[in-house]
Order: sequence, then structure tokens, then C-alpha cells
Amino acid sequence: MVPLSWYLVLSAVLFCLGVSAFLLKRNIITIFMSIELMLNAVNLSFVAFANQFHNLDGQVFVFFVMVVAAAEAAVGLAIIIAVFRTRETLNVDRVNLLKL
Amino acid sequence: MLHQVLFIIFGLICVGGAINLLVQRHPINSALSLVVVMGALSLIYLLLGAEFVAAVQVIVYAGAVMVLFVFVIMLLNAGAEERSRGSHVALWIGGPGVVVLAGMIVYLMFRNDKHFTPVTIGSFPAQPDNTHSLADLLFKKFLLPFEITSVLILIAIMGAVVLARRES
Amino acid sequence: MTAFLIAAVVKILLVVFLLLTGVAYMTWLERKVVGHIQNRWGPTRVGPFGLLQPLADGIKFILKEDMVPDSVHKGLYILAPALALTMSLISIAVIPFGENITIAGTTTPLQITGVTRPGSPITDINIGLLIILGVTSIGVYGVALAGWSSNSKYALLGSLRASAQMISYELALGLSLVGVLILAESFSLRHIVDTQSGTWFGFLPRWYIFPQFIAFFIYLMAAFAETNRIPFDLPEAETELVAGYHTEYSSMKFAMFFMAEYVNMITVGCLATLLFFGGWHGPLFGPPLLQALLPVFWFSVKIFVFMFLYIWIRGTLPRFRYDQLMAFGWKFLLPLAIANILVTGLIVALGA
Repeated sequence: MVPLSWYLVLSAVLFCLGVSAFLLKRNIITIFMSIELMLNAVNLSFVAFANQFHNLDGQVFVFFVMVVAAAEAAVGLAIIIAVFRTRETLNVDRVNLLKL
Repeated sequence: MLHQVLFIIFGLICVGGAINLLVQRHPINSALSLVVVMGALSLIYLLLGAEFVAAVQVIVYAGAVMVLFVFVIMLLNAGAEERSRGSHVALWIGGPGVVVLAGMIVYLMFRNDKHFTPVTIGSFPAQPDNTHSLADLLFKKFLLPFEITSVLILIAIMGAVVLARRES
Repeated sequence: MTAFLIAAVVKILLVVFLLLTGVAYMTWLERKVVGHIQNRWGPTRVGPFGLLQPLADGIKFILKEDMVPDSVHKGLYILAPALALTMSLISIAVIPFGENITIAGTTTPLQITGVTRPGSPITDINIGLLIILGVTSIGVYGVALAGWSSNSKYALLGSLRASAQMISYELALGLSLVGVLILAESFSLRHIVDTQSGTWFGFLPRWYIFPQFIAFFIYLMAAFAETNRIPFDLPEAETELVAGYHTEYSSMKFAMFFMAEYVNMITVGCLATLLFFGGWHGPLFGPPLLQALLPVFWFSVKIFVFMFLYIWIRGTLPRFRYDQLMAFGWKFLLPLAIANILVTGLIVALGA
């Protein structure tokens, strides 16, 4: 017998931790992982509301979020590899000029 | 009672993993703590009666997407200890901003709790089986988004292969 | 309630004990069979027919010096073999070995995660098969982290190759099982076995190998690649990258990788038996006590046939080169598995 607000608060806390990791970290891969953390927090909200309203649409939407996250992770990591090949660094503060 | 104990344990593991992702300096440690967060989230989905989503979370998210992250970190191997010489604006405005955001959302959730019914284990068994009902929805009501996501994955594969290729 | 708990604990201890003993004697069987294929004896000194050889190996592993090189990442170095072995052992929890068994008044199904109430059918986990697939996916981390934490070029290359191979063949493995799932209409392993009872034309058992022989072929290839066995064992071949991802490991941690590989082989054999060969179904005869024990015997016989097949192929075939291996998985097995799903779905939809 757990109130629904506990699940939503957990989702909110995870989302805010994801946002703070996005703002505070300097390594591009860690920033990407904080985006994945934010998407997971949103998935938890979807599943919690699917349970609340006894409607499976929330769980179907979780699928689509997962698919989009996977596609985005693949393309994003490919971009990171391409950037790393030329700049030799993964620190976002150093990738601040268009030309090397 | 058992439901509350289980939720608190897995919730603490989730939040602990997320804080570890924030605090650790080497990205491989952050990646592994994110895997722990995803595993604990999968168990929380089981508490919410979403068994198929829990299994897919482990197989796809923790077992494939995060493996991709770990591969890239291992291959590039330049993401050693990063120095937080970043913008101070991010720390001094973003930090309190995030705390205010979190506080606002938590306050709103607890204030509106009376409009929701509590969650009990086993209160949402889809007929006849979670997988059957999900498949029904996915291939009838959500068929168009399903086909579009397959096109999206194809585009992502092509994009990733082209971007990560060595110029020969 | 206490009877349930005691039964659960006894089942867990019994299954783990039998599994680890089975792993130990599978190493003996492998050395004997490969030896005879290569026209030599295999272990014969320690005990009659070398039967105490696994015991001697175990004592050697325990007494060997456990070296930890200086420049490894300590936490991940110790976590990796533990993760590999734990994930291998978790899969056994959802595998059913038989029906109900009644001992001293308590009835319990022969499955660690099965429950039964008097008068109702045995309840299993709805997503048993997905749990095994998920646990296999997490097992890739054991291999990847082992090579990376060893801080050595050969180990890193070996672990990258091994984990890339494992995640490539996981796709073919999962997709080959979809054909069986279309016919069985459930992820629950017990339900899949129950739908294979009975016979066609009075003598041919309704096993899924007969309609799904292509899926079985794909599953077998993918299982060989998942467990890093010949002909797919390039990442751990001695003539290649020294010893691959477990180069820097010694004694007990190396033994844990070793055991994880054999437990994975047994799990894959159990899955093949449950999904394609009807699990514990077989001819039943004799007094009731014998009839209660015969299903477990048939199950063990089928798993033994798979283990023998693994060892036989190890002694016979050469190994693939890495690019041939990846091309085989992506360009041949994956399209074949998808075609199998298409044809199976078409036949089921037209027949319904």
C-alpha cells in the first residue's frame, strides 16, 4: 500500500539528479548518461500513471521512449567518436572553437 | 508493509546510484552506477505490475544501450579523471535552481496525493497476461508509431555507421 | 508458510550443489571425450578412470597463489568474475525440472521459482524466458569489465572481441526463440513445456524441434557463440591473444570464469531441452515412485546429450576467424531468424 506520490517523487528526484549531472559534469559521455537518467525517470512516471489509471497506454509509451533513447545513444556516441578523433579530448570546455 | 519495504530499498538504490553518477570522476564508474539505477528501476516496474516493461528494461536498456556506453568509454580511454574547471555559472545558478525545481515538484506531489489511489501489488493484472495486452495495443492502436520507430532505428543505424567510420 | 520456506531453501541448496558438481564433472567428461577423439586417454591417474581429477583441480585452484597485478583497477577486477558467475547461476532459478513432487506431506514443484497450491495448477513466472535473456545480457558486463580492469593490451582486445561477439549473437538467440513463442503463446517456461505434451499420429511427440528445426539450428549456433565455445572461441584461444580477457587472472578468479562458462553451457542446454525437446516429457512406466522420478531422468538425459554435442564439436571443428564469425552472425543467422519468424507467423495466422 504505497501512495502514488512516492513513485512520482522518486521520478522527480531522479530527473533532478539527471539535470544537475548534465549541468555540472564536464565529460561529454557522462553528460550523455545523465540524459539517459532523465529519460529513465520519465519512464517511471509513465509506468506509475499506467498503473494508476489502469490503462496500458503508458507502458506502450515507455517502449517508444526506450527506442528513441537507444537510437539517440547510438548516433550521439558516433558523433562523440568522430569529435574525439579530431580534438583528442572529451572535455566539453575544450570543444569551444569551430576550427581546431 | 512488504510493498513499502521493497519500494524504499529499491528507491534508495536508485537515488544512491544517481548520486554516485554525479559524484564519480571516472566515466566508467558513472556508467556502472547508471546500470545499477536501471536494474533497480526494473524492479520498481515489477512492483507496479509492468512485468514485460521490466524485462525489456533489463534486456534493452541495461544490457544493450549501457553496454554500448561502456564500449565507447573503454575504446576511447581518454576519459580519465576530468577536472571540473567548468563554468561557475552552472554551479552557482544551476545547483540552487535544480534544488528549487525538485522542491517544487515534491511539494506539489505530496499536496495532490489525496486525488490518487494508492498502489497495491497485484492490483493491475492485465488480461490475460501483460504481454498479450501490450501486444494487442502495440499492433492495433499504436501501429503507425510502431512502424515509424522502425524507420527511425534504420536511420539511426545508417547515421551511426557513417559518422563513426574512419575516413579512408 | 514455514514448509514453503524450508522447501524453497532445500531446493536452492540442492540445485546449486548438483549444478556445481555437474560443472566439475563436465570438465572431466570434456577432457576424456576430447582425449579419445584425439586418440589418447585423457585423465587416468587420479582415481579410477580419472574420476577424482575435478577434485584435484579444485584443490589446485584453491591452493594456488592469488596474484593481483599492481596496475589493475581493484574494484572492477574483483567484480568482473563475481558478476559473470552470479549471472550464470541466476538463470537456473527459473528453469523447471519436472512436475510436483510430494515429500513428507508437502507438495512442491521441481522449480526454484514455482509455487503450487493444492487443487490448482503450478504457477510459474510469466516472463521466465525473458529473465534468462536479460541475465545473459548482463553477463556481457563480466567479460567487458574483466578485460578493461586488467589494464593490459591483450586483455582489453580479447574482452572487446568477446563482448562484441556475445552481443551480436544475443540478437540471433532471441529472435530464434520467437518462432517457438509464436507456437507456444507464452513466455512462461512451464507453459511452453506443457504445450509440448501429447503426440502427433500416435508416435511423434509434439516437440517444437519438428516444426521449428531452422530455429533450432540458429539457436544452436547462437548458443555456441554466446558461451564462447569452439568454433566461436577466438577470444579465449591460447594461440591468439594469449588468453584473452582472463589473461591477468589467477587461481580462484580464473576458476570463477571457467565455472561461469560451463554453467552457461548447462543453462543453454536446459533452455534447448525445454523449448525444443519437450523438457521432462518421456515414456513413463513402472511403480508410482519411479514415475515421479522418471521426468527428472529424461530431463538429465537430454541435457547430457547437449553437453556431449558441445564437447564433440569442440574436438572436431577448427575455429572461425573473427571477421568470419561476425559476418556469420550478422549476415546469415539474423536474416534467417527473421525469415523464420515471418514464415512461422504466416502459417499460424493462415491456419487460425
